[in-house]
Amino acid sequence: MKTSVIVFPGSNCDRDVAVSLEQSLGTAPDMVWHGMTDMPSSDLIVLPGGFSYGDYLRCGAMAAHSPIMRDVVKMARDGVPVLGICNGFQILTETGLLPGVLIRNNSLHFICRDVSLRVERNDTLFANRYEMREVIKVPIAHHDGNYFADDDTLARVEGEGRVAFRYCGAEGQIDDQSNPNGSLNNIAGVYNDTGRILGLMPHPERLSDPALGGIDGKGMFESLLQTVH
Amino acid sequence: MTEAAIDIEKETGSAITPELVAEHGLTTDEYDRLLEIIGREPSVTELGIFSVMWSEHCSYKSSRFWLKKLPTTGPQVICGPGENAGVVDLGDGDAAIFKMESHNHPSYIEPYQGAATGVGGIMRDVFTMGARPIANMNALRFGSPDHPKTRHLVSGVVAGIGGYGNCIGVPTVGGETNFDARYNGNILVNAMCVGLAKTDNIFYSAAKGVGLPVVYVGSKTGRDGIHGATMASAEFDDDTDEKRPTVQVGDPFTEKLLVEACLELMATDMIIAIQDMGAAGLTSSSVEMADKGGVGFNLDLDKVPQREANMTAYEMMLSESQERMLMVLRPGTEQAAEEIFRKWDLDFAIVGETTDSGRLIVSHSSEGGVVADLPVAKLADSAPVYERPWVKTTPPETLDPKDVKTPDSLLGALAQMMGSPHLCSRRWIWEQYDHMVMADTVARPGGDAAMVRVHGTNKGLAISCDVTPRYTQADPYEGGKQAVTECWRNLTATGAKPLAITDCLNFGNPERPEIMGQFVGAIEGMAEAISALDFPVVSGNVSLYNETQGEAIPPTPAIGGIGLIDDVAKRANIALTGSGDRLIVIGANKGHLGQSIYLDVIAEDAKGAPPRVNLADEIKAGNMVRSLIHAGKVRAVHDVSDGGLLVAIAEMALAGGTGAHLNVYEGDLPAHAFWFGEDQGRYVLAVPMQNVDSILDQARALALPALKVGRTGGDKLSIEESGGIALSELREAHEGWLPNYMEIS
Repeated sequence: MKTSVIVFPGSNCDRDVAVSLEQSLGTAPDMVWHGMTDMPSSDLIVLPGGFSYGDYLRCGAMAAHSPIMRDVVKMARDGVPVLGICNGFQILTETGLLPGVLIRNNSLHFICRDVSLRVERNDTLFANRYEMREVIKVPIAHHDGNYFADDDTLARVEGEGRVAFRYCGAEGQIDDQSNPNGSLNNIAGVYNDTGRILGLMPHPERLSDPALGGIDGKGMFESLLQTVH
Repeated sequence: MTEAAIDIEKETGSAITPELVAEHGLTTDEYDRLLEIIGREPSVTELGIFSVMWSEHCSYKSSRFWLKKLPTTGPQVICGPGENAGVVDLGDGDAAIFKMESHNHPSYIEPYQGAATGVGGIMRDVFTMGARPIANMNALRFGSPDHPKTRHLVSGVVAGIGGYGNCIGVPTVGGETNFDARYNGNILVNAMCVGLAKTDNIFYSAAKGVGLPVVYVGSKTGRDGIHGATMASAEFDDDTDEKRPTVQVGDPFTEKLLVEACLELMATDMIIAIQDMGAAGLTSSSVEMADKGGVGFNLDLDKVPQREANMTAYEMMLSESQERMLMVLRPGTEQAAEEIFRKWDLDFAIVGETTDSGRLIVSHSSEGGVVADLPVAKLADSAPVYERPWVKTTPPETLDPKDVKTPDSLLGALAQMMGSPHLCSRRWIWEQYDHMVMADTVARPGGDAAMVRVHGTNKGLAISCDVTPRYTQADPYEGGKQAVTECWRNLTATGAKPLAITDCLNFGNPERPEIMGQFVGAIEGMAEAISALDFPVVSGNVSLYNETQGEAIPPTPAIGGIGLIDDVAKRANIALTGSGDRLIVIGANKGHLGQSIYLDVIAEDAKGAPPRVNLADEIKAGNMVRSLIHAGKVRAVHDVSDGGLLVAIAEMALAGGTGAHLNVYEGDLPAHAFWFGEDQGRYVLAVPMQNVDSILDQARALALPALKVGRTGGDKLSIEESGGIALSELREAHEGWLPNYMEIS
């Protein structure tokens, strides 16, 4: 299985996700510099977390126009699975591959902590190792993770079952108390219409190693091993 | 470039007046010394260069004499003070490179940018030596919560530290924060960075060799931060707000690119010497590199990448624009090096060359050619060294615990203390820092010391920042000793072997003998502890003149220490888990309440001598605890510090969500002195039943006091008959104060 991790100037979780991918998939991913114009052939493309271009404009807005993204978007439309984590999710919304936007956290603060997520679908490439409605612990670390969409878009995302994960309480309850950033409907991650593109704010790569305090994130990488060819 | 002669009139149109000299912070004696060195009147640019090189911030002229008393060597030390940062051997070819530095004055004036650039600056000190930064820490002191500026300063400093570290992708793993009215006019922002390098690929600043290209990389030079070093060398007064333009503006994105570009270049053999442009920018970096290499530098300012038009030589030499580095490359490598920096969209310019003249010759064509021509060695080494007059601080009498107010209830006092600004949870702060990026943070903020894994290995690096300003204020000597020892103890409590420290010495105006006496006392106390604990200083920084209108801060020698554990799986943490473990206190309980948190919060007083550290007992206790951790005999470990024994146990209970039942104290001390005394050299251990006897035996054999104080279990903290306090109630008090305080607008 060939995986490519795109490295933008300002990406800073590229190494972290590469370590997790290698541990779960057995092979090290290609690290692809954003300035290239041709993607290597890939069974999976990962857009890592970080602050591409410093996020001085809207988060992800500059990276969405990096040279490599033309090819990434094309491959994504052709069905190559794409995983965007944190800044990667923001970039995917900026390219239009995923619906909605990520705006400033409602607390206005950067937040770094473990959160509980409820698995909303387990019939996808990314989540088949989880149980439906399973509650998993995965960290967030962002300033702009507040998921927003207009009413029609939100209705479509919900109606088509494209919510991947929701922020929840310890028992899986979805309420304001367990919503760390103000996201609509506690949405932490969404799929595109085919379920082959996933963007999420939490960082599964940060809890994929028992020494770091948990392995709930590992299920995502192991799901990919099972389903991507 | 041409010979020495400089036409002052042609360059500036104005001669050097006594007022101009005074504005540059030079005394008449210092100016006379300057004249003697160069044998003529300086140009304005030259005056500026001297003024920053001889500023307290760059020259350490008041502190240098005393700093020599600190032990700096040991088999673990690869490079001690004098370079950009200290280097310590971690075995297996790994080295830790680390340093702590103050950014106090700028952070008071403009908290966000002041703190952000403090973080950026300390990271450059570390990666300039070839290390990838792997962890940041910070030690923050704010004024009283009641002071009208405190909320604004906390908010700005925390956002600034987070804004820089989070963007660059280096975890901020911990630190310490105090609130004290004596910092009302001078907050302290001390930032520490730890990096990881290979022992055979460490870079230094000595520009050895003649005819080599001098290369400028990073951001362009602007007019920001001119005279930052001079500002940091003076007291604040009513005009402080006017100093805002001397604060630099940080660009963490550029620094991220600079880290990656430098590390990429460092993987080749193109670099001969490299130095970041920190305080006093281009001036101090070029002088230090030339001086250490025993060469001269010719600099052509026309080549310096500039952000603004019509900058003068004076401005360029004194600018403290951020995210810039100066390098000396092997000849012939310029093009390959430039390609790396262009790939990362950074400026790269050859701005000069090394010479055999021993002089710093600076030219700028729009100002008629040579604008400065100064002897490098004299500039670097002839700064005045002052042995300023000092008077010893008289420590207060030891306070008899019987004279301290008894609380209405022990657990009520505990709740009040845990919910006070001194002891409340700092979660509101550290959740704004990305403390997990790089995916090696094995011990997150909130414990005794943070721990990060050495990437790709099982080794762990423990890191802690410590000083107790109320102790150092009462007795600088004991306080200095305590700061070093507490750091050692915090590292030990994780199971790590303490290796070395960096220090950030924050004091008031050294021209006042009582302040100088605090400095001398603290250094002597630190030196004693360092020497006994084999815990050398490998880098550091001195920040003086932390005074506003004659009011000095408490002496604050912040200590940042690192320690090593061979396997992170062996580390201990503070969390109580499960039930039925016995709680054992190692070390003597003498009920010391002088300068304690109990005294401050419950008795609303601040008096008495601080607790004394007995270094021999400290070493015995520490070594025993560490060996128990390595042998897997203990379930949790926490050192006893601020607030005493009951606070330590409460912190352990909250961390693990497991309560404890404590025995009634039946000794000779008042109960509140036993539970809240701040005697040093103590640890609380949570011990599985089957190991209790052997641990007590071991302590007895070492003549170390060891006392069973209770057992773990339940969801409350109780002292025998009393009903106890629910952990949820304690947690609410502990977690509530800071967010409630910060969210009132």
